[in-house]
Amino acid sequence: MLIRLEPRRQHSQAMVYLSPVLAIILTLMAGMVIFSIMGKDPLRALHTFFILPVNNIYGITELFVKATPLVIIAIGLAMGFRANVWNIGAEGQLTMGAIFGGGLALLFHDSTSVFLLPAMLVMGALGGAFWAAIPAWLRTRFNANEILTSLMLTYVGVLVLSYLVHGPWRSPDGFNFPESRPFPAAALLPVIYDGTRVHLGSLIALLAVVGGWILLSKSVIGFQLRVVGKAPQAARHVGFRQKRMVWFTLLLSGGLAGLAGLFEVAGPIGQLQPQISPGYGFTAIIVAFLGRLHPVGILFGGLIMALTYLGGELAQIMMGLPNAVTGLFQGILLFFLLACDVLTKYRVRFGSAAPKGRAA
Amino acid sequence: MEWFVPIILTVITASTPLLLAATGELVAEKSGVLNLGVEGMMLVGAIAGFAATASSGSAILGILAAVVAGVLMSLIFAFLTLTLMANQVATGLALTIFGVGFSALIGSGFVGFPIQPLPGLSIPFVSGIPVIGPIVFGQDFLVYLSIAGVIGVSWFLTRTRAGLILKAVGDSHSSAHAIGYSVIRIRYMATLFGGAMAGLGGAYLSLAYTPMWAENMTAGRGWIALALVVFATWRPGRLLLGAYMFGCISVLQLHAQSAGVHIPSQFMSMLPYLATVIVLVIISSDRAKIRLNAPACIGQAFRPAQ
Repeated sequence: MLIRLEPRRQHSQAMVYLSPVLAIILTLMAGMVIFSIMGKDPLRALHTFFILPVNNIYGITELFVKATPLVIIAIGLAMGFRANVWNIGAEGQLTMGAIFGGGLALLFHDSTSVFLLPAMLVMGALGGAFWAAIPAWLRTRFNANEILTSLMLTYVGVLVLSYLVHGPWRSPDGFNFPESRPFPAAALLPVIYDGTRVHLGSLIALLAVVGGWILLSKSVIGFQLRVVGKAPQAARHVGFRQKRMVWFTLLLSGGLAGLAGLFEVAGPIGQLQPQISPGYGFTAIIVAFLGRLHPVGILFGGLIMALTYLGGELAQIMMGLPNAVTGLFQGILLFFLLACDVLTKYRVRFGSAAPKGRAA
Repeated sequence: MEWFVPIILTVITASTPLLLAATGELVAEKSGVLNLGVEGMMLVGAIAGFAATASSGSAILGILAAVVAGVLMSLIFAFLTLTLMANQVATGLALTIFGVGFSALIGSGFVGFPIQPLPGLSIPFVSGIPVIGPIVFGQDFLVYLSIAGVIGVSWFLTRTRAGLILKAVGDSHSSAHAIGYSVIRIRYMATLFGGAMAGLGGAYLSLAYTPMWAENMTAGRGWIALALVVFATWRPGRLLLGAYMFGCISVLQLHAQSAGVHIPSQFMSMLPYLATVIVLVIISSDRAKIRLNAPACIGQAFRPAQ
């Protein structure tokens, strides 16, 4: 065997912070190789991907627009991942949140009430939580794997939205396009920086970071989440109820994903249409890992992944690179992250010699 | 009876990709490896098969390319989870995310590219027999391979020494290691077999089911294949039943529309996904049965003590 892994006595603190950085560097190097293979100048491509999008104020605000849903969703997902509850259906919960909250805006499309938007926020979160409650119920009551059920419900959720905007909710004066009527002004999130698209949701995302941090480090349930993930048997002996953990993490992550979905339709999009997310619900999984399942880390992770979306769009326009490059980068980054994670738990040794002078 | 034939034929083509991918995943899971990247491996298999067929004109080369692509994808997974002991769930998700992006990137030059669909078997006279001829003797090579795969895997797992060792590794890796079997090596092979079969399943989609390439053309079939393994309670024979049941459901949506059933198409498209959820619930609620059949070490990393 060429590579040998020796367990560390304690997790390396340095590696906890270094391994995401290392993963990003490796991803950039892999990116240069891929760009070269595609016959593009790798340095120019990287510049287009990662520097150009944010070299002006508007670009930076767009970064916040894209990072907002990623951060909000990833904070919820990370809570679940810590407790080994694998909600991978955030994309569906996001869609359901948009349907519930956006439906309210369409129902009161001539309203000017200041209560409309707050009510939509509540409905959005409820919609996402409802869609996540189904896998939670199926897991706790019928033992059904939440990975598969939450993902299947994503396909169903997206089809429900497609049905609504093709059918009953199609705009009466939209020239038969599959989209709803535009939301009334009272249903739109206020823009917080004039002349850009950055909206109130970005501030709420920051609140979610702080809230998630407090929840994780200061609350009893946060403590339980950490124990359940690290030592499930110990948790059972102490009497932490696994079922409650499943319900809590799924409802929380579903609610946050629903909120993120509502932010998209009440913010940058402004109406319901068949596609409301470029896969934020899936990318948020990577954001959660990139941020080491910690809210503050997730904030940075969200900004980095948002950059790949912006860079991908720009590379498509300026260099004719297919948009799929973004997804490719995201997948490679997650590979490197998982590989580098090994460094926190193990020391890598090369060669096959057995460790010397360490008798048990 | 004649009207019946096209329906059966579409059921077979809809079931085959699921059956191929699920058979491979079953073997991997039996060895204790839970690879959630089936969707990604199928997609990469689909584009590799399509690209090779489109550029060479040879379907055989296409099928080979799909197998190689599936194996390479599963090799990434195996290296991360078996050698580096990364979390299997997270790595599987990464494999799918990567596969979606990678296949779309390779495939961007092949959208709308026409190819000849996989040719069906044609035996003089026999394939011409009404009803039985086209159904039993007129399928393409991969359909027969998918059935043979189930039978072969069933035989392998129950009747061969290697199959018993593989199951032992999945049920108790420490005991298998203590007896002297190389847990990691066996898991590598099982995972690569899973990759090869997922690649074939993907190739079936792009070469036979709809002979074309489209982004994300698997549409969740990799995940349905994972659910099928649970449905089958890790027994190959029931995989056949499950895959064909799902084939029927997806064909239902096609034929209901042409039969003039006025249900919005979106609700018909939901059927396979909803059926997956229902099937999972029914099977999983019998905890005793799951415990009895599920590989005990599934999803757990193994590190040989030194």
